[in-house]
Amino acid sequence: MDLKQKACDIRKNIITLIHMAGTGHIGGDLSVTDILVMLYYKQMNVSPDLLRDANRDRFVMSKGHSVEALYSILADRGFFPKSDLDTYSTYGSKYIGHPNNKVNGVEMNTGSLGHGLSVAVGMALAGKMDHRPYRVYAVMGDGEMAEGSVWEGIMAGGHYKLDNLTAFVDRNRLQISGKTEEVMSQERQEERWAAFGWNVLSVNGNDMDALDEAVEKAKAVKGQPTVIIANTTKGCGVSFMENQVGWHHRVPTDEEYQKAIEELDFRRAQYE
Amino acid sequence: MSKIANKQEICNVLLEQAANDKDIVVLCSDSRGSASMAPFAKERPEQFVEVGIAEQNLVSISAGLASCGKKAFAVSPACFLSTRSMEQAKVDVAYSRTNVTLVGISGGVSYGALGMTHHSANDIATMASIPNMRVYIPSDHFQTRKLIEALLKDEEPSYVRVGRNAVADVYEDGNVPFVMNQATLVEAGSDVTLIACGEMVKPAKDAAMQLKEKGISARVLDMYCVKPIDADAVFKAVTETKVIVTVEEHTKYGGLGSMVSQIAAEQGSCRVVNLSLPDEPVVTGKSQEVFDHYGLNADGIAKRVMELI
Repeated sequence: MDLKQKACDIRKNIITLIHMAGTGHIGGDLSVTDILVMLYYKQMNVSPDLLRDANRDRFVMSKGHSVEALYSILADRGFFPKSDLDTYSTYGSKYIGHPNNKVNGVEMNTGSLGHGLSVAVGMALAGKMDHRPYRVYAVMGDGEMAEGSVWEGIMAGGHYKLDNLTAFVDRNRLQISGKTEEVMSQERQEERWAAFGWNVLSVNGNDMDALDEAVEKAKAVKGQPTVIIANTTKGCGVSFMENQVGWHHRVPTDEEYQKAIEELDFRRAQYE
Repeated sequence: MSKIANKQEICNVLLEQAANDKDIVVLCSDSRGSASMAPFAKERPEQFVEVGIAEQNLVSISAGLASCGKKAFAVSPACFLSTRSMEQAKVDVAYSRTNVTLVGISGGVSYGALGMTHHSANDIATMASIPNMRVYIPSDHFQTRKLIEALLKDEEPSYVRVGRNAVADVYEDGNVPFVMNQATLVEAGSDVTLIACGEMVKPAKDAAMQLKEKGISARVLDMYCVKPIDADAVFKAVTETKVIVTVEEHTKYGGLGSMVSQIAAEQGSCRVVNLSLPDEPVVTGKSQEVFDHYGLNADGIAKRVMELI
């Protein structure tokens, strides 16, 4: 299946999950979907058969609130039965509102921002120590970049020249209180990372081909970790959710839900 | 007086074991000298990671390493490790159940005259309050060795606090009773039970000697396993002795005394008195001067027991 169609299906699943459960972070899910689809269906060496394989690639969802996107993909890739997600956010379910490693395919518990990159640095260091071929990927939000600990992780990644590590910044320019530039300026991300010794790529983060090409470039770089500044649209794929701060964690009404699904079906048909 | 500080013994054990276990990794935050880990860094550079002055990074990187099969020992001053990186300890280590041992060095008031920024008189409270996190405070270098050897055999998260200086031995070569997660009976006794941890075990033991001369039989328990606390040993103390006195290098809230009192209260009839540091920025000075100031020494413990009996 074409990955652009796959991304439409994942987006539909995200919206269905959130509509069903009455909770979730829909805007960031939709902005990060293409990054995750590209990683999980094209680039990463991960599968349910490789859960304990020491050479599997590692993924850390540092922006843990986009868990509905991750769950939708893990279920589709067979890490757990799709029907498990019927319990999402319900009493006693392990499918909670942030990733946790009781769920097959989740490497590390996240949810508090500013942890994931440092954890990924540790994973990449372990790979170097043991001369393993795996690569490590971490996805962060742009609002997350305000956490000071992020910069500790960036510092260490550059210092240890971790060329097996690739970070993504889901640069959707919105966070819960409003525009990132109004809450806390995140301009010139490229220069900030470069100053810490990272190889920096900046792409349209909702363009699957551009993302894939960027990862290919990152894999070829030696002696430096790579950050891919993924310039995305929050709420991407549903017209009335796009670039609307309110859709950070709004739950669609029944009517909005129908409209969103129709839009994604229409979009999907265009890729056939 | 022993010549080996507890932190030095941790380095010794890790160096011995790292020779045959490539998965042992030590991480420091510009703390290899103060942590006595310089020999490890020098002899095992491929198993040592320096993160600079960045305790949050220290703990998260340790968790990442551990998630890939490493046995990570994050060694950093207890004051910073137990508070600045508390959230990393909570999320990346305890909640994620990674095989990380957080080693807080120069704990309690070891950094006496450096002031409250460098004291960690609340580390039991912070670390023990985190689900999945265990808390150990060994008394002397003999026990420290046993503890680290035991921790290397499991894969669960833990926090270990040790002091800065070499301290007087509680045990002796060839006679170091140790069962993981069980309090060590240092002295048998039937009138009062002294429950102490870390650097307070030796003065408790000495107080028991003083009390013996006055005809009072004091039991001394080394509760190095602050969490999971040895509740059975506390139950026994409640039923078999009249008074329990806890002694700790920790603030009065949320430490060993609080935990023992909770258990004893469920049982009923035994009075529990907590000897600890006060709820205030403590007086500055050398560790021993701080202890003496607050009566956390053999004389002070014995005097308090005499008032209670």
